[in-house]
Amino acid sequence: MSGTANLESRVTPGTKAIRAAASEWLERQERPDWGAREQAELDAWLGESAAHLTAYWRVEAAWRRTERLAALRSSEAHETSMRRRIRALLGKAAAAVAAVAMLAIGGNFLLRNSHEKVYATQIGGHRTLVLKDGSRIEINTDTILRVSDNDERRAWLDKGEAYFQIIHDAKRPFVVVAGNRRITDLGTKFVIRQDDMHFKVAVLEGLVRLAAKKDDAQSLLLEPGDSAIAKGNSLAVNKAAVSQLANELGWRRGVLVFDNETLGEAANEFNRYNSGKIVVADSAAANLRIVGTFPTNGVDGFVDVAQHILGVRVEKHGNETVISR
Amino acid sequence: MSETPEIFCDGSGSPLAAAGMPELKAWFVREVLPLEANLMQFLRHNWRDHSDIEDILHDVYVRVYEAARRQIPDHAKAFVFTTARNLLSNRIRERAVIPIDAVSDLDALNVAIETPDPERGAVARDELRRISTAIDRLPPRGRQVVMLRRVDGLSRGEIAVRMGISEDAVSVHLSRAMDALASILFGDATDKGERP
Repeated sequence: MSGTANLESRVTPGTKAIRAAASEWLERQERPDWGAREQAELDAWLGESAAHLTAYWRVEAAWRRTERLAALRSSEAHETSMRRRIRALLGKAAAAVAAVAMLAIGGNFLLRNSHEKVYATQIGGHRTLVLKDGSRIEINTDTILRVSDNDERRAWLDKGEAYFQIIHDAKRPFVVVAGNRRITDLGTKFVIRQDDMHFKVAVLEGLVRLAAKKDDAQSLLLEPGDSAIAKGNSLAVNKAAVSQLANELGWRRGVLVFDNETLGEAANEFNRYNSGKIVVADSAAANLRIVGTFPTNGVDGFVDVAQHILGVRVEKHGNETVISR
Repeated sequence: MSETPEIFCDGSGSPLAAAGMPELKAWFVREVLPLEANLMQFLRHNWRDHSDIEDILHDVYVRVYEAARRQIPDHAKAFVFTTARNLLSNRIRERAVIPIDAVSDLDALNVAIETPDPERGAVARDELRRISTAIDRLPPRGRQVVMLRRVDGLSRGEIAVRMGISEDAVSVHLSRAMDALASILFGDATDKGERP
């Protein structure tokens, strides 16, 4: 941009044209064949004038905001796109890896009890099982679930998270074993999460009985809106409106919903779904609060929002994205 | 007003250098772009020839950018509106004909500068609804490509198959929709209605 005192000459008749060109660049940039050469061309165009650069920033920022439309994704649409993505990206390799993972982790159980089927998802995975009785189980990222293959209505959540919609049968209650706890359905929709540090069961509909695996004497009845959270030997029950629990089930639609969560908590959630990890380097950044809905695989979009809205510093180190204040 | 932006750019450095300045870009996106609705209102109110408004808006952006490249101002809002105001004053001087009703409010501009920032949390909470509303205002084909891209997560090729049009046509609809969305999302957040 050459300096000039003549303001009239600086009035660009081409604002509309510049805006249109910026949008075309942005659209091109999203195509799969975008490479280093194209990026160099874009950089050259951006370097031609500040008007190009600011127009591009503007349309890019607006388009970024539409990322959260993924929140409107139905679970059905998500499943098909997920299946397609997995098939396209990984093909046979994925099947092989899944089989090995199942053998490595599920092998013991398979040998011990041939009446079980093992279902596993990798990081970022999501699948829905329909049982013989019509009950449905959706399993979330990085999960191992075993389901009894005979008439016994029983499942074992060895790791991860699953959402159960169980067809109720008073004579044959459905039982889920997670670690050293047993969850018995009494007509129900509920979600269970089980990982190293963390056990949680939340009830959306019906009733659930939570008991220690080998001791029915001490059991707890959970109603809709209740979440039981256990760490070690302690157990706490949270009572809330069912609608509040819906946020926690965003993964069924392929999204993470944050409503005033800390950046640290949000990063942990993303890390469950993605092999590239977010590291929050200091507590000042970790304690910032965030509100929003993001695709579970939308780490870049999330990091961008954190950078722009919260003003944190972001650095990429290989597979890690480091956020600091 | 403690800061007075310079009116003329000095021509030093190239904008390309700024492409590698994430801090400046982050500031621009975070602090400046959200002012666009207010700024457009202000320009419409103070400049009679509405066919010029978008040119003036982008001229403001260029000047703000060029000044911020030297030093990012502490108070974005005051800085942006001061820039806009100086730019209008200069245009009036250059034209040597003063459009009287255009300048009548020029000294009352501080009012615009004082309008409070919307509370950020509330903004984030309403964001999905606001974006959905913005998409509703796109022409039918634009809306459709945006929904297929963002909601269904389809690629350009998949959208083309789904809509029965060529990939190039998808690109045209998509880039026009992106362009329109920028003006809807930044330009008229609450749609005050155009002044005649």
